[in-house]
Amino acid sequence: MTLLPPRVQPGNAQLGLVIDLDTCVGCHACAVNCKEWNTGGHSAPLPDHDPYGADPNGVWFNRIHTFEAGEGTASRTVHFPRSCLHCEDAACVSVCPTGASYKREEDGIVLVNEDACIGCKLCSWACPYGAREYDTDAGVMKKCTLCIDRIYNENLAEEDRVPACVSTCPASARHFGDLNDPDSEVSQLVSERGGKELMPELGYKPVNRYLPPRAAKKEQGPSGVGASLPPLADLAPDGDSRFLRWVDRVLSR
Amino acid sequence: MPGDFLNPEERIDLSPEIGDETKTTTCYMCACRCGIKVHLRDGQIRYIEGNKDHPVNKGVLCGKGSAGIMQHYSPARLTKPLKRKGPRGSGEFEEIEWDEALKIVSARLAKIRAEDPRKLAFFTGRDQSQALTGWWASQFGTPNHAAHGGFCSVNMAAAGLYTIGGSFWEFGEPDWERTEYFMMFGVAEDHDSNPIKMGLSTLKERGAKFVSINPVKTGYSAIADEWIGIKPGTDGAFVMALIHELLHADKIDLDYLVRYTNAPWLVIRDPGAADDGLFARGADGEPLCWDNNTGQVADARLAGVAPKVIGEVTLDDGRTAVPAFQLMADRYMDTNYGPEVAALRSGVPAHHIRRIAAELAEAAFDKEIVLDVEWTDWAGRTQDKMIGRPVAMHAMRGISAHSNGFHTCRAIHVLQMLLGTIDVPGGFRFKPPFPRPCPPPQKPAGKPGQVQPDTPLPGPPLGFPTGPEDLLVDADGTAQRIDKAYSWEAPVSAHGLMHMVITNAWKGDPYPIDTLFMFMANMSWNSSMNTSGVIDMLTDRDAETDDYKIPFIVYSDAYWSETVPYADIVLPDTTYLERWDCISLLDRPICSADGPADAIRQPVVQPDRDVRAFQSVMLDLGARLGLPGMTNEDGTPKFPGGYPDYLVNHERAPGIGPLAGWRGEKGDSDGTGAVNPDQLNRYIENGCFWSHEFRENQRYYKHANRDYLEYAAAAGWIGSSDQIVMQLYSEPLQKFRLAAQGHGDIRPPEQHRVRVGGYFDPLPTWYRPLESQDGIEDEYPFYALTQRPMAMYHSWGSQNAWLRQIHTSNRLYMNRNKAELEGLQDDDWVWVISYHSRIKVQIRLMEGTQQDTVWTWNAIGKRSGAWNLDPDAPEAKKGFLLNHVISELLPPKENGYRYSNSDPVTGQAAWYDLRVRIEKAEPGDAADETTFPQFEAQPRRGGHSLRDNILRYGGLFKPKRSKNDGDCQ
Amino acid sequence: MHPAYSVIFFTTASGAGYGLIFLMALFGALDGVPADPWFGAVGLGLGALLITSGLLSSTAHLGHPERAWRAYSQWKSSWLSREGVLATATYVPLVLTAWGWVIAKSLDGKFAFIAAVLAMMCLLTVHSTGMIYATLRTISAWHNKLTVPGYLCFALLSGAAWFHALAQVFGYQTPEVALVVIIALFLSFYIKRKYWRSIDTQPGPATPESATGLGDLGKVRLLDPPTMTENFVQREMGFSIARKHTHKLRRICFFTYFLIPIVLTGLTSSAQPWLAIPGTLIAAISVSVGVVVERWLFFAEAKHVSMLYYGAETS
Ligand SMILES: Nc1nc2c(c(=O)[nH]1)N[C@H]1C(S)=C(S)[C@@H](COP(=O)(O)OP(=O)(O)OC[C@H]3O[C@@H](n4cnc5c(=O)[nH]c(N)nc54)[C@H](O)[C@@H]3O)O[C@H]1N2
Ligand SMILES: Nc1nc2c(c(=O)[nH]1)N[C@H]1C(S)=C(S)[C@@H](COP(=O)(O)OP(=O)(O)OC[C@H]3O[C@@H](n4cnc5c(=O)[nH]c(N)nc54)[C@H](O)[C@@H]3O)O[C@H]1N2
Ligand code: SF4
Ligand code: SF4
Ligand code: SF4
Ligand code: SF4
Ligand code: SF4
Ligand SMILES: [Mo]
Repeated sequence: MTLLPPRVQPGNAQLGLVIDLDTCVGCHACAVNCKEWNTGGHSAPLPDHDPYGADPNGVWFNRIHTFEAGEGTASRTVHFPRSCLHCEDAACVSVCPTGASYKREEDGIVLVNEDACIGCKLCSWACPYGAREYDTDAGVMKKCTLCIDRIYNENLAEEDRVPACVSTCPASARHFGDLNDPDSEVSQLVSERGGKELMPELGYKPVNRYLPPRAAKKEQGPSGVGASLPPLADLAPDGDSRFLRWVDRVLSR
Repeated sequence: MPGDFLNPEERIDLSPEIGDETKTTTCYMCACRCGIKVHLRDGQIRYIEGNKDHPVNKGVLCGKGSAGIMQHYSPARLTKPLKRKGPRGSGEFEEIEWDEALKIVSARLAKIRAEDPRKLAFFTGRDQSQALTGWWASQFGTPNHAAHGGFCSVNMAAAGLYTIGGSFWEFGEPDWERTEYFMMFGVAEDHDSNPIKMGLSTLKERGAKFVSINPVKTGYSAIADEWIGIKPGTDGAFVMALIHELLHADKIDLDYLVRYTNAPWLVIRDPGAADDGLFARGADGEPLCWDNNTGQVADARLAGVAPKVIGEVTLDDGRTAVPAFQLMADRYMDTNYGPEVAALRSGVPAHHIRRIAAELAEAAFDKEIVLDVEWTDWAGRTQDKMIGRPVAMHAMRGISAHSNGFHTCRAIHVLQMLLGTIDVPGGFRFKPPFPRPCPPPQKPAGKPGQVQPDTPLPGPPLGFPTGPEDLLVDADGTAQRIDKAYSWEAPVSAHGLMHMVITNAWKGDPYPIDTLFMFMANMSWNSSMNTSGVIDMLTDRDAETDDYKIPFIVYSDAYWSETVPYADIVLPDTTYLERWDCISLLDRPICSADGPADAIRQPVVQPDRDVRAFQSVMLDLGARLGLPGMTNEDGTPKFPGGYPDYLVNHERAPGIGPLAGWRGEKGDSDGTGAVNPDQLNRYIENGCFWSHEFRENQRYYKHANRDYLEYAAAAGWIGSSDQIVMQLYSEPLQKFRLAAQGHGDIRPPEQHRVRVGGYFDPLPTWYRPLESQDGIEDEYPFYALTQRPMAMYHSWGSQNAWLRQIHTSNRLYMNRNKAELEGLQDDDWVWVISYHSRIKVQIRLMEGTQQDTVWTWNAIGKRSGAWNLDPDAPEAKKGFLLNHVISELLPPKENGYRYSNSDPVTGQAAWYDLRVRIEKAEPGDAADETTFPQFEAQPRRGGHSLRDNILRYGGLFKPKRSKNDGDCQ
Repeated sequence: MHPAYSVIFFTTASGAGYGLIFLMALFGALDGVPADPWFGAVGLGLGALLITSGLLSSTAHLGHPERAWRAYSQWKSSWLSREGVLATATYVPLVLTAWGWVIAKSLDGKFAFIAAVLAMMCLLTVHSTGMIYATLRTISAWHNKLTVPGYLCFALLSGAAWFHALAQVFGYQTPEVALVVIIALFLSFYIKRKYWRSIDTQPGPATPESATGLGDLGKVRLLDPPTMTENFVQREMGFSIARKHTHKLRRICFFTYFLIPIVLTGLTSSAQPWLAIPGTLIAAISVSVGVVVERWLFFAEAKHVSMLYYGAETS
């Protein structure tokens, strides 16, 4: 359905990811595991063109960018995973002429029905986050499915019913849950850590949120900036009197 | 239909079966050895995921591990044994049968063994079967064996083993759950890949402070609370300044030092004497201390003594001695080791050094942890609690790969000891089988008389010398090993010097060899320094005989790497999903600080090519050669079932075999026990690993914890349950120094004296990295480094269709400000010039790089045609190796002699000492936007070429959807 | 944005087609030109040819042209779908008008009404083409109030230029016809100039800081892209041209769609047929070339906000 579902109701889930930029080390594990899962999953395959050639490029639902924020030694290197944000106001859906792109009413997941997609790519133009991945080989648009074939999968153990990228992240930088439920773990994280919406000015109301790097515990000594240990009775810093304090220490093995 | 038209509904299979079969095994996309579950469907690999129960990775998987499918189906896989047809390096081979290959090799080796076993140099890269390969070498009788440690991290291993009895490398870990302050020195990715990532995330969650000392801010450093962009090679100065501050403020744990280290041991002060600087010892060789209780010397190891740590004492023989602590304090309290001097050396401002010292003291002493866990110390005394000092440290190759790395690493250990943070709650924790005595009692075999035709060595080829008498040199001081390990050039080279083998073998120095046998190391490319030079040496011929200078090369690889074309015989290995393997306690184990563990690999798929697991091939060769351990009395092979047979049935000592789990006939004995024929099945049932959890009272203070020590002794990890005393002051180093000063029978030849005498300092010292000495920095102002990219494993990731997209080529990263001052812009092409050679590369500017440093991702550059990639692949045309500008030899000394570019103590390859100059490439040079040097393309060769240019892996598993099912293959 | 030739051809050809049909219908219904079946057949035929080939070429870049029929379904929300529906629906009044003009030889009464409907449908179709672009918030150069007027003007201009040439060929030239051309020329000139000014000065909808949410830490710069070679999004959205080239192309565009045609139209419109016919034909060709360049620039100059994730400093 190309029309977006009506405004999200309190009871309707808005499933999504919360990505912690404070702990992401940029290892690409989530991206590769996403590819691995999905290339044999609901959207199989995620083809790779010229895989061993001069211009390799493949379909990936999740990609890791690296940014630097700030300048000089005070700058921060931030690894930035980017996949579909399952927007509430997903123009990628409303521009789709065929109804292949749709947002599920029950959980807010934005999907492409490959069998209805004509491969016009308009949805990719409408996505501000560059999250749509065209499969030139099959002539259809593909994208992050939020691992729809895992999160409800009854063949998986309960605790494994999370997206592949979440279960694989070694730094626990990825969290999955219902962002429409204020009590969910992910919503709590967002409110505690000031989770950010990307490009709010575009009005897409992305569901996924990014937890900004925590304020660094930088120069936080016992007495803050410029702290140092008070030297003890150091009248002669290089003379033998330096040792006096240890001479009579009663020690025992 | 209108319904479908207006609202084309998608049928989603929400609960697909992942596969029809799941097998567990151990990942080998890097050396971290995580547990994996491999899901198969119709015999094809559908999905690899982390094994949640596994002690190493607890279910997570890294990017490399997730790309295992593409490694397994790589088009660069070798398919059959190869015999060289064209000239070396041409890549022209003829395929031969295994039997022929093994006959050729065993005939050659049998001859060598009968004449002079040293003529076989058997070196095995990042080998996870060193327990087998080391044993094989000693059974053969050649001392010329080592694995990759010498070019990797022997500085860490040796410094740790000589100082604290364990080491950072992968033999210990921070107490992630308890530490409050974590300092990480020079780590980009490391062997503990997933555990470190999990650990850092735990720290952040807990709000502990994480400080990264690293010239580059990427990866782990990117998420550090504080980044210290230090100048490469200067960490020693920085750490010693921290020590200086702590000593001056008396923020040290003197009780810990007295109990657990040799701080109170008395050091003889008798300048000029043959035992000056050695420990004063009693009649039975026991080290002495001054006991304040009795007012006389006493066995320093005794419980209950009240040792003096300061003050000169008079020994029974009338000579004087001082506690090691005093020597240490004396040195580091000097202003020469203070923050101001360190700031000049390291570029870390003095006030930061002071502050960090204060923070360390605060974390260690004000945040002391007390665990109410009763434990028994080595002397049998019950202690009612475990005191924790929550400061933890980890260091790796940023420290190790410098020629001053041994001392720097020792300095870090001294800092840890002063803070009392080794194997305490919140500190750095040993992983069993460590700690071991400092150093472990094993000595290298291969002294002149020990190498005999057709005879095994009396011991393993690698070990830990404690004085000149343990060196492998002849009466003239000439090296006995081809890599000159354990010679005066690198006396404590506990892991050998694999990076010198080709150069020395080519030169015939110290002697010519016949066969170079290598396994799993890309020695003509990224694991050698001076790559172009090495390529020439491998192909160089003797002017008179026209024979190759290195007569015969046998190599086992699994893929069409850069090194394969230089082999005369290629033994194609399986992939990690096709073979049995063992991650053994006898080797580099996967234990955690809370208990021992080991693991296996089992074949999850069968090879579809004519390849054999290398370990089984070695056992086969061993049997063909009649090596005693591998042959029965009647000459038949001892392990006809190959490696799995050996894993179960081989015993190193009675009851001790490669695998510690489910021993005993019924499999009810852990650690030691009789052979259990069903052992492998038991591993498989348990997810291919075995682990044991220590009791609460065994988990800390392992060096002095009786319950732990007794367990360890019973398991055969250590010889006795005696306390392991950490060595603040290192007597073995002093012994080498004394020899250099002319004492003893075994002395360094004249030309090495100053060097040995200078670098063998019993207390950690700092000196400028060798390549930075002699004022070279004016001409070559930049330090040049490499880092491990998290999504690539050395050179072998480039054949991986997924991983190579992430790192198809590499750039040289420079500090933005500095580059702009030099008139350089993003994307410029530049020349990187060292005193040895030059390369042309493209730059990228960044903020988070120390301003005098340039760096790149390691091993992305490929030789054209290697790995079965398109000859025009960006890896070859835009990627580059820094190795081309690193020389394996230092500039000549006055007498013309060139030492290897290594740490003078351990022989560790000094990759990161490199200094370079950067010049903008002229428009002419830059016009052709390819890196320099370029090599002639190696012909492509591999198992599977792609029929078309699209890889549709997984199409097979596509779920059946609506009527028009995917037509993908 | 990557200037795909099929899309450029589609929008320019169908624009010209709808413009031409629009003017044919309008002039026909208002008796501005006589109901000459030949003139009708050639005029409407050329228009139909242009829109049909345009529409066909637009399916050339589809991954699944055989499913193109599905694009009619989402007219409730998708401008692309609306355009498809309108474009197809326009064939109905087009055929009827052609029937009236060519077969019934009359454009009076109900045929006049149908022609008026046809003119209307042409406008709406071009309008919805423009709206496909104008509604994309991701591309500030398109999400611009001048996008739709631009599409309309350029459709009118290219239609008018061809209408003018045809009128000359058939000898039905009137001052009104020339006037339409002149008006269309000035209108397009005005709109395009304003458009270019506006996209040159208008900031993008987002910044690297808002795209990453990292603005609190300072200026945000890309260090490393996710893959070293370009992916689909970079190829599709990452097209960019140098300022230098933009200026050159804008100048070529201005010459071809405006300067040459206005001079030719002014000089030749009321001249003898031997001069007027080639003059106006060349003017029409020049306009068409100009419109193609304009359309190429429309794509090439448009920056997609997603490129902020790939190192673009502005969007
Ligand atoms: N993904 C991946 N993981 C790997 C590997 C791989 O190839 N890929 N290789 C494995 C192997 S064999 C090894 S040995 C380990 C090595 O793992 P690491 O120890 O992480 O080794 P490097 O990548 O060499 O990282 C060295 C780090 O030290 C920094 N550095 C360089 N010089 C100095 C210095 O003087 N002082 C300080 N403080 N820092 C410095 C560099 O900037 C870099 O960040 O990784 C293992 N893990
Ligand atoms: N400039 C620079 N150079 C460096 C370093 C650096 O930091 N900077 N780091 C150094 C360090 S620490 C290391 S450890 C080395 C690593 O360097 P290498 O040990 O050369 O590592 P790889 O490139 O992974 O090459 C290993 C070889 O093993 C092969 N192989 C892979 N899997 C298998 C298998 O299952 N069986 C067999 N038989 N072969 C297999 C691969 O195809 C490859 O040819 O690089 C060193 N080189
Ligand atoms: S797996 Fe986790 S740490 Fe690694 S890149 Fe993805 S989010 Fe970051
Ligand atoms: S991120 Fe892009 S593809 Fe995903 S819902 Fe939002 S607009 Fe659509
Ligand atoms: S490419 Fe497919 S999903 Fe995207 S807009 Fe076109 S038809 Fe819809
Ligand atoms: S949710 Fe699934 S499809 Fe989406 S990025 Fe994560 S792994 Fe990929
Ligand atoms: S860290 Fe990654 S590559 Fe290494 S063993 Fe673990 S999963 Fe495999
Ligand atoms: Mo290594």
